[in-house]
Amino acid sequence: MKIFFEQFNILIVGTGGQGQITLLQILAEAALFEGKEIKTSELHGLSQRGGSVEVHLRFGKKIFSPLISQGKADLILGLEMQECLKACYFANSKTVFLINKYFVPIPLQKLLTEKEILKILKKFSKKVTLIAAANICQKELGTNIVAGIYLLSLASFKKLIPLKPASILKAIKKIIPEKYLELNLKTFNLASDKS
Amino acid sequence: MEEILLNKPGKKIILLGNEAIVRGALEAGVNFVSTYPGTPASEIGDTFSKIAKKARVYFEYSTNEKVALEAGIGASFSGLKTLVAMKDFGLNVCLDALLPFLYTGTKGPTVIVVADDPSCHSSAQSEENTRGLALLAHIPTLEPSDPQECKDFVKLSFQISEKFKIPVMIRITTRVAHQKMPVILGKIQSSKSKSQKGKFVKEPKRFVTMPPRVLEMKKELLEKIEKIKEFSEKNKINSIFRGSASESLGIITSGISYLYVMEALKELNLDLPVLKLGFFYPLPEKKIKNFINPPTGGFKKVLVVEELDPYLEREIERLAKNINPKLQIFGKDLIPEVGELKPENVISAIAKFTNTKYQIPNTKYQIPIPKRFPQLCPGCPYWLVFSAVKKAVDTKKVIFGGDIGCYMLFGLPPLNIQDYLFCMGSSVGIAHGIKKVTGQKLITFIGDSTFFHAGIPALINTVFNKSNPLIIILDNQTTAMTGHQPHPGAPKDKNPIKIEDIVKACGVKNLKVIDPINQKEFTNTVKEFLNKKEVSVIVARRPCKFVR
Repeated sequence: MKIFFEQFNILIVGTGGQGQITLLQILAEAALFEGKEIKTSELHGLSQRGGSVEVHLRFGKKIFSPLISQGKADLILGLEMQECLKACYFANSKTVFLINKYFVPIPLQKLLTEKEILKILKKFSKKVTLIAAANICQKELGTNIVAGIYLLSLASFKKLIPLKPASILKAIKKIIPEKYLELNLKTFNLASDKS
Repeated sequence: MEEILLNKPGKKIILLGNEAIVRGALEAGVNFVSTYPGTPASEIGDTFSKIAKKARVYFEYSTNEKVALEAGIGASFSGLKTLVAMKDFGLNVCLDALLPFLYTGTKGPTVIVVADDPSCHSSAQSEENTRGLALLAHIPTLEPSDPQECKDFVKLSFQISEKFKIPVMIRITTRVAHQKMPVILGKIQSSKSKSQKGKFVKEPKRFVTMPPRVLEMKKELLEKIEKIKEFSEKNKINSIFRGSASESLGIITSGISYLYVMEALKELNLDLPVLKLGFFYPLPEKKIKNFINPPTGGFKKVLVVEELDPYLEREIERLAKNINPKLQIFGKDLIPEVGELKPENVISAIAKFTNTKYQIPNTKYQIPIPKRFPQLCPGCPYWLVFSAVKKAVDTKKVIFGGDIGCYMLFGLPPLNIQDYLFCMGSSVGIAHGIKKVTGQKLITFIGDSTFFHAGIPALINTVFNKSNPLIIILDNQTTAMTGHQPHPGAPKDKNPIKIEDIVKACGVKNLKVIDPINQKEFTNTVKEFLNKKEVSVIVARRPCKFVR
């Protein structure tokens, strides 16, 4: 018995405090607006304190596991360059990497260079796009804290996520607290202009 | 209004596993909730903390898990519907109260939620499996797989507790607690019908566990368990999914592992029968026997998919002996016993079990990934403590005791000052032992919330039995690691119990309260106190930057 399953797997990687869980909430709400089944997985507590943080989101039909299996990510959002190396194991030749050109240093350790990282990622998939999201947000909006929202919005405008930008916008309005909403809406619009 | 309080039965909202537990309790009409925070269970208490007033539920962060359970027992004995939540290590602290609670049973229905953390994402000390404690305590235990089941199983647990007058445990794991999905809401009991007011009616025969009555109580408990086993046999949370009747292979699983099994069968395009067990204890033995030995002829092989220790596998081996002695049982020979399961572990186990060809993608690559350790936040007052201590002593010569909290990051680079780390409060108890038998200098760190939780008896022991460690109590005015919950020294209403008052009352003579921003004073005090003949305490008081 062959059953057809249609599903989309997004992995978001970065370091603690880059807002992965907020991005996950926005994506999950947007997927719910579109009537999808959804499963997500995140980590809290010690694992968040500036260490590596990877969160998983899967939506579509017949979704069981909250974790993406190795080699099964459709889209990898990288909020930090080094952390993308960990995400490689989830990639296949069709996986899209959308990466914030941004480094978070590790005390007493030498980081891999941009060139070295890209060389490794391209062994897994040729679809690697580097975006200077942190710089663009810093320049245009005065802060890079919204780099993740920028990247996520850009992904929806570029149709790298099978969710309508309108659903993402609606989810941003639902999830982001009043105090920060204006900044996030500006970020969303900036991504629309740049896409 | 918070979405979790929406009273719209049938509506779907996205909930975290832990939030779904809260919602289930609200739909069951819970009156009394107590907890001590600990990842991955913290959001249960945090969510109640936000909504308790509106939902007309009594909620408290207790000083530790044992006290939280005891408070819950008191509420139950007074007739209230009660929920107590904690992480796995919390249940260890509770055990002394838990075991007799099974003997007395409940009056108000009571559910205890315990969250394990396979792979120790946010747990030092050990990779625990609470299933072992469920067996020890004879507590009926349910294991949900996802947030929808978290909500439904909590409601069912309250029903079981009400029917059989026994506390019921929900065991979750990190990937259930921190999993989100759209959950279908049920009806929240109207707040008018609920009351926080209970009444304790004297029934010593029921609530006093003294011999010879205690042995009668044990008999009564085991009789209850037999009845609950019958209930478990008939309940649909133990069910068979998929599979054609002609198969001679089957899979038995539960909790998060069930989701990976279903995913694996999809991936491998297989259609094997799967027995999903919602009950861990007591197990529906007849249902399991019928599964491995169906009327169409006994299975040849069965695969048990479970995380950590093979508790189910052992039970199934026992059950198969009489009914299907030729059955080959696979489990831990194909599935790791250490660390949480990942979907690919289960896919590869089922592939081997069924002789299906499958190669996990990307296993041939070895990528040089720089290791990123968790760090104290920029601006954390503990950096100041570290820097003052480093100036005061030769860190190679002094022994450093660690305890549970953000400051256990002292053990990681670039700080590297931590020579032992155990459980809540243990830094002081172990320090005493080392000081009694060596002449070495020793400094222990213990956080404010941890001090209240389990540090005080150990401090008293250093005075009573005369040893002289230097104890630095890191008072950042919050329970920071788990999400900034209040504690007795930093309550919401700003009437703190002062740590220095407790330390003084314990008989400690060498005591100073210092803001570590005053580096010179801190450094000099460390030097001075390390030479004292009696125990000494520095309360390093400077609030966490997130509560300032």
